[in-house]
Amino acid sequence: MGEVIYSAKPLWAVLVSMVAAFLILLTGDKARNLREGWTILAALIKFGLVFSLIEPVLAGKTIEYTLINLLPGVALQFRVDAFGLLFGVVAATLWIPTSFYSIGYVRTLNEHAQSRYFFSFAMCLSAAIGVAFAGNLLTLLIFYEILTIATWPLVIHHEDESAINGGRKYLVYTLTAGCILLLAIGITYSLAGTLDFVGGGFLAGHGSPGLLIILLIMFIAGFGVKAGIMPFHEWLPSAMVAPTPVSALLHAVAVVKAGVFGCVRVILFVFGPQLLHELGVWTILAGVVAFTVVAAGLLALGQDHLKRRLAFSTINNLALIILGVSLLSKNSMTGGILHLANHAFMKITLFFCAGAIYVKTHKDHVSQLDGLGRQMPFTFAAFAIASMGLCGLPPVNGFISKWFLCLGAVETHQLVFLFVILTSAMLDVAFFFPIIYNGFFKKPLPDVAGKIDEAPLIMVIPLCATALFSIIFGIFPNAFLNFFNIVRLAVTNVLGG
Amino acid sequence: MTEYFLAKYNFWIYVVLMMIGLYAMMGKRNLVKKLIGMNIFQTSIILLFVSAGVKKGGATVPILRHSDYGSVHAEHLIRVADYLNPLPHVLMLTAIVVSIATTGVALATLILIYKRYNTLEEDEIMAIRKDIRSYKTPRILRSKD
Amino acid sequence: MIDQLPALIIVAPMLGAFLTPIIGWRYQHLCYPWTLLVLTIPLYSAVGALFKVIRSGPFGYNLGGWAPPWGIEYRIDYLSAIMLVLIATIGFLAAVNARPAGKTEFKGKEAQLYTLFLLQITGLLGIVITGDLFNIFVFLEITSLSGYGLIAHGEEGAPMATFNYIIIGTIGASFYLLGVGYLYMATGSLNIADLATILPALYHSKMILVGFAFFTTGVAIKMGLFPLHIWMPDAYTTAPNSVSTLIAPLMTKVAAYLMIRILFTLFAPDFAISVVPVATILGWLAVIAIIVGGVKALAQTDIKRMVAYIMVAEVGYIVMGISVMNRAGLTGAILHIINDACMIFCLFLTIGAISYRGHGREINHFQNLSKKMPLTMAAFVIAALSMCGIPPACGFFSKWYLIMGMITAGQWIFAATLLGSSLINAVLFFRIIEKAYLAPPESQGHNHTDHEAEEIERNDAPLSMMIPIIMSALAILLLGLFSGKIIDAVIQHAVPAIF
Repeated sequence: MGEVIYSAKPLWAVLVSMVAAFLILLTGDKARNLREGWTILAALIKFGLVFSLIEPVLAGKTIEYTLINLLPGVALQFRVDAFGLLFGVVAATLWIPTSFYSIGYVRTLNEHAQSRYFFSFAMCLSAAIGVAFAGNLLTLLIFYEILTIATWPLVIHHEDESAINGGRKYLVYTLTAGCILLLAIGITYSLAGTLDFVGGGFLAGHGSPGLLIILLIMFIAGFGVKAGIMPFHEWLPSAMVAPTPVSALLHAVAVVKAGVFGCVRVILFVFGPQLLHELGVWTILAGVVAFTVVAAGLLALGQDHLKRRLAFSTINNLALIILGVSLLSKNSMTGGILHLANHAFMKITLFFCAGAIYVKTHKDHVSQLDGLGRQMPFTFAAFAIASMGLCGLPPVNGFISKWFLCLGAVETHQLVFLFVILTSAMLDVAFFFPIIYNGFFKKPLPDVAGKIDEAPLIMVIPLCATALFSIIFGIFPNAFLNFFNIVRLAVTNVLGG
Repeated sequence: MTEYFLAKYNFWIYVVLMMIGLYAMMGKRNLVKKLIGMNIFQTSIILLFVSAGVKKGGATVPILRHSDYGSVHAEHLIRVADYLNPLPHVLMLTAIVVSIATTGVALATLILIYKRYNTLEEDEIMAIRKDIRSYKTPRILRSKD
Repeated sequence: MIDQLPALIIVAPMLGAFLTPIIGWRYQHLCYPWTLLVLTIPLYSAVGALFKVIRSGPFGYNLGGWAPPWGIEYRIDYLSAIMLVLIATIGFLAAVNARPAGKTEFKGKEAQLYTLFLLQITGLLGIVITGDLFNIFVFLEITSLSGYGLIAHGEEGAPMATFNYIIIGTIGASFYLLGVGYLYMATGSLNIADLATILPALYHSKMILVGFAFFTTGVAIKMGLFPLHIWMPDAYTTAPNSVSTLIAPLMTKVAAYLMIRILFTLFAPDFAISVVPVATILGWLAVIAIIVGGVKALAQTDIKRMVAYIMVAEVGYIVMGISVMNRAGLTGAILHIINDACMIFCLFLTIGAISYRGHGREINHFQNLSKKMPLTMAAFVIAALSMCGIPPACGFFSKWYLIMGMITAGQWIFAATLLGSSLINAVLFFRIIEKAYLAPPESQGHNHTDHEAEEIERNDAPLSMMIPIIMSALAILLLGLFSGKIIDAVIQHAVPAIF
């Protein structure tokens, strides 16, 4: 890898929202505008910091910052490479629209415990950036666990029976996963003596194949819980009781993506394609994930609750990302990693729309949305764009990533997986298009007819913006944030050359 | 066999005493009896230490007269067998003090217990405490009314 | 002055303890500032001793000028130095915390409270600093006796718990004394450093084996290792809140320190592996302790009793780290002694503060506590997360080293037990956090808006309780972040070089 720059920027990017979190708590409910000001300010500064890292990384440099030594050979260390940067950019960018949207959402609904809400939100973002920029497995685990805990207050935000149960389920799944990860990382450390991520992996030549396979299973189980890989997906639909902006940013972008991010890190930067080919387990891994893709798509069909349907769609897409990466070919990896970014933009739009509909109508079931499209045209237009993207239709960005995924499947001569990817796209059509059709072309239900208009501007603008960006990135994948170049660089880092 | 026992009879006495003490501490349900058991237990250990310092055959306290001390230089070696080892005994002075203090604290606690429950039988105390925990008038206190 | 530091660590609190009743005879209100003043001396000296050890290695101090092995030697190496700092710090903070609760719990007997308090700290410091086996026994009994006196002042069941503690504690101390006796009879020495050179030649002597068995059993009783833990939950639950903060975190940890001393300094490490299979036995006892402690804790609704049972499990953690007999495991055990002392300290402090403000100890009555006592509950959450092993709190790092120890030793069942136990801890603590942070069910209507929160009066702990609470919570985070530094500077030297 190229030149290394030592800079504290990654640390600041992590700290800025942590500091903001405590300022939010200190400001409290008494000065609400000031409190929201902290959120926005932190979001902008964070974006600025992360954005400024794009240029050096694309120039082939790595930004490194070592905070403190934790173990011999393992430090609390940030190292920004292309792959980490991608996740960091996605999280930091989407925090800005989500902040505005959240403010509109909680104020319109007059939610309780708003300070706790914004505090946890900022902590989550801090942890997500920490996960993205972590230079080794232990640092990754530390921020991963912080993320787990910081999300919990958001999941139980409503404090009613189903929220508390959802929160418990969430904790049981994720904390168990954390324990498994701890053990797996311990074994890795005792085998290799290092935990630093290396493009192409560092475990080759350590340990017996049997142990390595068990280790891989432990890692995938550990990170897969957050990524919602079946059979560890149960918590995700239950956690949809959280307020919609939480579902939007955390269950579409930060938390579940942290799980996917961890999986990809392990597959590409700990084990490496070479070793996985030698172990011969990549087909099994891809098979498990492919099963999740199809099964989640089928389950989504049966959900009437809009957010639950979106949750299963999330599971489906996350598995698609991991599938792309575990096919281990250049194009499939490109598709998978790119989908990590693209899916975030599309899914957050969908959740924003669901939230906007809920705020205006208090309706959250698919069957209740008839005719609302004519009354909330912008919201439903955004919804339509994002769903088209998820189905893989051009010109939305989902098309590009799915295209590369299909190319990858063809490249590896695994037509089964091509079939899986296409089936999933078909299922996407099947569970998204009825919503759009009902929204625009059916007669509205009597209790809403003519009484509903668009949600407040502070909510509509973010959701239109993310939808717009989905299209822009579909036509110009390198616009503004250079996503495509970053992904290419990340793949090059892994495969070399 | 008999000789084996007799040769180390101090050990056997200490073991027997210790077992008596342990039994009283564990088996008896009366708190004072437990305390007595504890005392026997501690005494047995003191006995062991003291007997370890004993030497037969006219050994005496290790106080050297000045002339003896001077004679060391005169190549009259001090024979270890002539003198007792005082250290175990000195240690036991401390241990006795500790054991008396423990007994004192235990007795004070017993007084506290008696004032509170009006009995020193463990079973009865347990019954009273159970009643107190379930917010009832204690059984024993009731019967005395 | 600097040369006399080690003596000062013991002499200052001891003399202070003797003077306290005299002061309290006329001026009871002066006892508290006096105690704090006295405790600054061991704190200062202990920190000084730690820096001296880090700078120039372990050193000895001959009490009264008598050279070892005849005289009593105070021996300060890396392990005892860090233990001294730990005890002096927690002792000082516990003393700061003692006043508000002590005023009611020891009504009119505050002089006695502070006297015993100082004696307890003297004993704990003494056990750690001395290099003489019999001296350890004396300090052990000073600690226990003052502990009995303090615990007996507690709530309804305290006298009974104290009596049981006296009986079992005396058995423990007597066993320890017997161990000393056997070793003395075989070797004629009481100095640990001296014995360590004499003993290897005698490892297969029956005398030594019996002595070793008595030692470990005695210490296991004092540290509350399963199945000898039966006195512990009762004693720590019923103890007055003003003193359980001192006794609970430190007593078991000092006993664990003794265990490490006996297994690794007094005897060579391979004695416990090859000569007697004590390491294996300890390991499996630790497994059972962790499981039993966790399960029993699950059954409790009294938060103090729950933490007391968690302590049974935590002792298991430490013993497990010792039992695998490798560098990572022992590092984890020593680190966990420090970390766990801080966590338990913080938990008992917050429990004390909650009870002091009249919210009792029933977990079911903790509704809205986060709004009534926000800072206290924040500290509680930090300690709780540390207990569950969430980074960057210190509990994560000791767990990491312990797990590394288990992996190195290939003890997968041990590792699984450790991980399972942190999950049990998560269940235990999130149950409380849920209660304290979520609104009670009756207030869940449509209009649970902000003004409802303002109705609940905010009444956090008084300042003298708040300071130790915040300090201990910060310590949990700092110990976690700087665990690498602590290990580099101190703990790695405390682990025997043969590992």
